[in-house]
Amino acid sequence: MVVFRYDKTFEGLLTALFDAYFRRTFPDLLLGDGDSLPLFVTECHTVATDSEKSGRVWRALQKSLPDNVCNMLVMGWLSEEPGVDMMLMRYMRHAFSSPSGSSGGQNADSSRNGDSGKGGGRKAKTNSVATDFSNPDILRIKQLAQKVANEREHLMQFTRFQKSADAPDDTSGNGRSELCYAENESETAESISAGAGATYFAPVSPRYNALPLAIPYFRDRFRDQRWLIYDIKRRYGYYYDLQNVTEVTMDDDAHLLDGQLDEAMMAEDEKLFQELWRTYFHSMAIAERINPRLQRQHMPRRFWPLLTEKP
Amino acid sequence: MSDAITCNVPNFFLSCTGMKKIIVEKLKVLAESAKYDVSCSSSGITRAGKDGHIGSAHGWGICHSFTADGRCVSLLKIMLTNHCIYDCAYCINRRSNDLPRAAFTPDELVELTLEFYRRNYIEGLFLSSGVVRDPDYTMERMVRVVKELRTTHRYNGYIHMKSIPGASELLVREAGMYADRLSVNIEIPREENLKLLAPDKNHESVYSPMRYIHQGFLENAEDRRKFRKAPRWTPAGQSTQMIVGATPDTDSEILRLSTKLYNVQGMKRVYFSAFVPVNSYDTRLPALGSPPLVRENRLYQADWLMRFYGFGAGEIVDDLAPNLDLEIDPKLAWALRHPEFFPVDINRADYEAILRVPGIGVKSAQMIVAARRHSTITAATLKKIGVVMKKAQFFVECGQISGGMSQKSAVFGEAPPVFEGGILKKSDFSISTGSPTFSISSGRGLIGDMHPDLIRKLLTTKKPSRKGPHSDQMTILFPE
Ligand code: SF4
Repeated sequence: MVVFRYDKTFEGLLTALFDAYFRRTFPDLLLGDGDSLPLFVTECHTVATDSEKSGRVWRALQKSLPDNVCNMLVMGWLSEEPGVDMMLMRYMRHAFSSPSGSSGGQNADSSRNGDSGKGGGRKAKTNSVATDFSNPDILRIKQLAQKVANEREHLMQFTRFQKSADAPDDTSGNGRSELCYAENESETAESISAGAGATYFAPVSPRYNALPLAIPYFRDRFRDQRWLIYDIKRRYGYYYDLQNVTEVTMDDDAHLLDGQLDEAMMAEDEKLFQELWRTYFHSMAIAERINPRLQRQHMPRRFWPLLTEKP
Repeated sequence: MSDAITCNVPNFFLSCTGMKKIIVEKLKVLAESAKYDVSCSSSGITRAGKDGHIGSAHGWGICHSFTADGRCVSLLKIMLTNHCIYDCAYCINRRSNDLPRAAFTPDELVELTLEFYRRNYIEGLFLSSGVVRDPDYTMERMVRVVKELRTTHRYNGYIHMKSIPGASELLVREAGMYADRLSVNIEIPREENLKLLAPDKNHESVYSPMRYIHQGFLENAEDRRKFRKAPRWTPAGQSTQMIVGATPDTDSEILRLSTKLYNVQGMKRVYFSAFVPVNSYDTRLPALGSPPLVRENRLYQADWLMRFYGFGAGEIVDDLAPNLDLEIDPKLAWALRHPEFFPVDINRADYEAILRVPGIGVKSAQMIVAARRHSTITAATLKKIGVVMKKAQFFVECGQISGGMSQKSAVFGEAPPVFEGGILKKSDFSISTGSPTFSISSGRGLIGDMHPDLIRKLLTTKKPSRKGPHSDQMTILFPE
């Protein structure tokens, strides 16, 4: 059995694929750095993640697959599903071995099937391996990507900000919001946030690692307020300082992990608006139509602990 | 109350503690009064954020929460006031009702909207109001709220505003400069029924603002053809709502009217609201035990079929059967009335025909036509794709694996199909060498062999227990 060890990052996976082509051996098993080896290993290669190599693989993928399929691979990766790395590796290998323009016969076939209106006019690229749902890897990755996409949507729906008190202008020398003490913040970020207003804080705990996918939405919509969205399960987050979004991890995040801002850190009116929102939420239900099953179907229970409205 | 008087400038919510309680109370009253309007969608417009502005709009709209009745909370659905000079029988806010009344000032509502929005509680504002003094006076105050939001506060999120029946064209035009969507509710399909229940209204008072909105929308489209920079006017169009079950109007009337509204008034969306008997003392209203929720749901399904599945109103209901079947969904009902249309050959039929198969939705249909270019689709693939086989099995034909395709797949490897009950026995299940597969169609048109009533019975009989030993495995029923 051929085993590759890698660092369990997406870049690492792409590098592993690069190495596999280079060595002309493909792994039967992918392991993380600390995982123990199974019996009967004939060969074990340790992948050194390399942005040059992974970049080449990625660009090659972008050439042979349409953009939405490339996105789908990333989303599949973010599902963190055990074994998804092997699936992705087989998928990518399959994509490289079935060159994109080779589907002329299938094109003819599709017009006979009467769906030329759907796909006939587009680039040959779209007629790619990605729609071969009888291949279990392809179907599974699509389904996983769909789940991750749904989780992204859930983050857009159910993330709730709490407004923190204004950062003091003079104390502690830098005036950054107390909430977010990113270690690697740049000078510019610091000077901009000096004397800052309030930061809006949102704890999240998604099932899949979908937060990076939802950031563009928050960045676009809440562009005139500072915010910090923190994944309390994976213990990292994103901070927006009115200019840029920075990925942050914190030395001491214990005060964020229970999902509720300490009252001392809350803006003066925060409690009032939370109460208003709860009041509003509970008033909106129509007694004659109560249907908790439907409610849970649309808004799964696992989100409830972090919802301000406390359903 | 005394300190409330000093609360006049910017931050009402903060300036005095006594005010807080009042605000909470007001919000409660005005939310209670607004909640019976069903439309809540924030769809119809995608608008990116702008620097220095707050907010964006997101194509299909986002539901930010779901209340205990399972309805989506997308917009802050609220009334400016629930005082009303009218006396519509179906409405909780009618003049003759004795209920707590309240009114927001435009500034209060503006601040509330912004603060909710900034916390990602809502997708925007849905503003309606009871009629105070006269329609124009009311409309003018509403316009002040939306104007204030857009101009002073650079709010770029979604706004849906009700247009008050009878409001002047001028005010409708002004509202449309700030709102993404305007709506006027028809409420009751047949005019004589409307007049009976809402003596202050008639169809003209509803249709004329609708016309203003439609005209404004068309003119704006024209302007934007000439000057690309022309500001947009109600970019998300208009919608309306009909109450279901307060009058004897049939589903056929409701669906025909909505088709007309979609076509003639350029309506973006027609909503149906199951009548909640809020004023049970009024003898003009039917005595209902509970709101007709199933009927409401069937109407939405029918509406969906008309908008996304290429069905016409006449195919869904007709004069012989003017009301929708409550037991089964309208697509299945249509299929059972049209055995000649089936079975549909999954590997050959047009996309449109595949869409008509019960159990196959838009997504599955698209995946089917994409996947069949690679290989013949088997029932196992259909199931994996997400087709509801329990329904679809009676209406499809998908070829046996006969040479050609031998993509070895694990899709159906895990378990053979389970045959249910004693009613039917297996007749045509075969495992061919190599790839396990089975055929649903036995070469005879299934629906021809099976009486539609039997299929209906099979599909509507509740399973005795939901946690049977094989609950995740496919259950295939075959005719004798
Ligand atoms: S005009 Fe509107 S608020 Fe007033 S009673 Fe009629 S439906 Fe209710």
